[in-house]
Amino acid sequence: MNKVLRVFVAVALVVGLSALFPGASGAATKPNTELTVSAAASLTDVFPVIAAAFIKRYPDTEIKFNFAGSSTIMNQVMAGAPVDVVATASESTMQIGVDSKQVLRPLIFARNSMAIAVPAGNPANIKSLADLERGGLFLGVCDPVIPCGAAAVEIFAKNKLNITPVTRELDVRALLGKVISGDLDAGIVYITDVKAAGSQVEFVEIPVKENVMTTYPIATVTDPENVGDKQNTELSNRFVNFVRFSTTSQAILRAFGFAKPW
Amino acid sequence: MVSRSLGKNVDKLRRQRSPLFLLIPGIIALVFLLIPLIALIAQTPWEAFPRIISSPEALEALRLSLITSLVATGFAAVFGIPMAWLLAREALPFTGLLRALVIVPLLLPPVVSGVALLEALGRRGLVGGFLYNNFGITFPFTTVGVVIATTFVAMPFLIITLEGGFRSLHRRYEDAAATLGASHRRIFFRVTMPMVAPAAVAGLVLCWARALGEFGATITFAGNFPGVTQTMPLAVYTALESDRSVAIALSLVLLVVSVGVLVALRGRYLQSRAS
Repeated sequence: MNKVLRVFVAVALVVGLSALFPGASGAATKPNTELTVSAAASLTDVFPVIAAAFIKRYPDTEIKFNFAGSSTIMNQVMAGAPVDVVATASESTMQIGVDSKQVLRPLIFARNSMAIAVPAGNPANIKSLADLERGGLFLGVCDPVIPCGAAAVEIFAKNKLNITPVTRELDVRALLGKVISGDLDAGIVYITDVKAAGSQVEFVEIPVKENVMTTYPIATVTDPENVGDKQNTELSNRFVNFVRFSTTSQAILRAFGFAKPW
Repeated sequence: MVSRSLGKNVDKLRRQRSPLFLLIPGIIALVFLLIPLIALIAQTPWEAFPRIISSPEALEALRLSLITSLVATGFAAVFGIPMAWLLAREALPFTGLLRALVIVPLLLPPVVSGVALLEALGRRGLVGGFLYNNFGITFPFTTVGVVIATTFVAMPFLIITLEGGFRSLHRRYEDAAATLGASHRRIFFRVTMPMVAPAAVAGLVLCWARALGEFGATITFAGNFPGVTQTMPLAVYTALESDRSVAIALSLVLLVVSVGVLVALRGRYLQSRAS
């Protein structure tokens, strides 16, 4: 028993420590061409595809993703998370990083707009924004602290709608999930989210003049503790430029429903 | 000869009360557990603190947290105490399996519990679908949903704590009461429960503390809306997205409430076993 426990503790320590210090074993096997990209939840589907195209052009690169709400990822960057590139769903969130010199000059690489997601079959029979005012409707929005929630507030104000949602989710994908499951009658999400979800969910378009546009900036994270690490900054800049300027990346963004950045 | 050297060794061990191989890791554990709490207090924006915690949203979240955690603890007591008794007395078949099943929610990541609850009690869930279609009852996005999520996550703490209490109880007291003609009900409330009171209180406090801190299952199952489902932990997380100092101030309130209750109860029930 004692022996078993001792072996177990030893194994746990070795595994734990090697996870803590990944460079310790087999470090020199490959060059440092790993890129960590933190991106807004609404980029969950499109970014891996863009990354695959990037790797095709620049082999030997490895890209890891961290998807979360824009404010969360910016908070992580501010707290010094080891991130090379950050892409948010709003300029104001990115501006926090710019103001504190945590990121280099951001580039706008895409735009998005909102739609009303409804469960398959549209059980609550939603046809327009005005239908969302109906009492007893289970409408979900994002919390105003994240970009998709701010956009929903803006849409309600723009159209003078008096709407009380039942929940303010902190992640647009969590919100969409609850619409797909039928627990919500409707949710204000990005048009790209409903397109990505395919047949699991239906959506009601919001006409351009009632809608708002959101913008997606992307930027290289500055590395104050590791100034000498030029290679990663170079690679990060290359990825940022690829996302913004390459026709491949822009074509992929269009295919996923994102609007042109210009 | 042998006994003398043994005695000497025992003397030496006694003198050096805490051997280093236990002392050093133990102190590391202590520091590891305390530093984040110290950091939280150190980072608290004291000037803005009164304004932040007296804001309507903070008060609303605190009120909701206290109500839902207490109601959840009440449900846990009404249903969990009998369950703990059944497990301790092995009154049901497959007690070992049941005991394992009952503590599963304790081991599950809370967000998984939330997903499981949606599958069970959501509008299209196993049971929730029936309730919604026939009676129009919906649990997600309601305060009742918060109570359900917190009860699900917190009740196992009460059950396992109290089951231990029931188990370590000598049956002879209950047998004596039975010999004197007491009914089952009378024995349970007048003999059994008073004797497991320390375990019951410890279990209830653990359960309540877990309920008060519940986040993952709540946000997954009940959503996040101020005054309805936004409990303190959800308010902390929401604030973290916009204003870190608000999040820290709210966190401190939770810390003070938790520590306050533990200190208040410690004198009566949670004294160290040795004393």
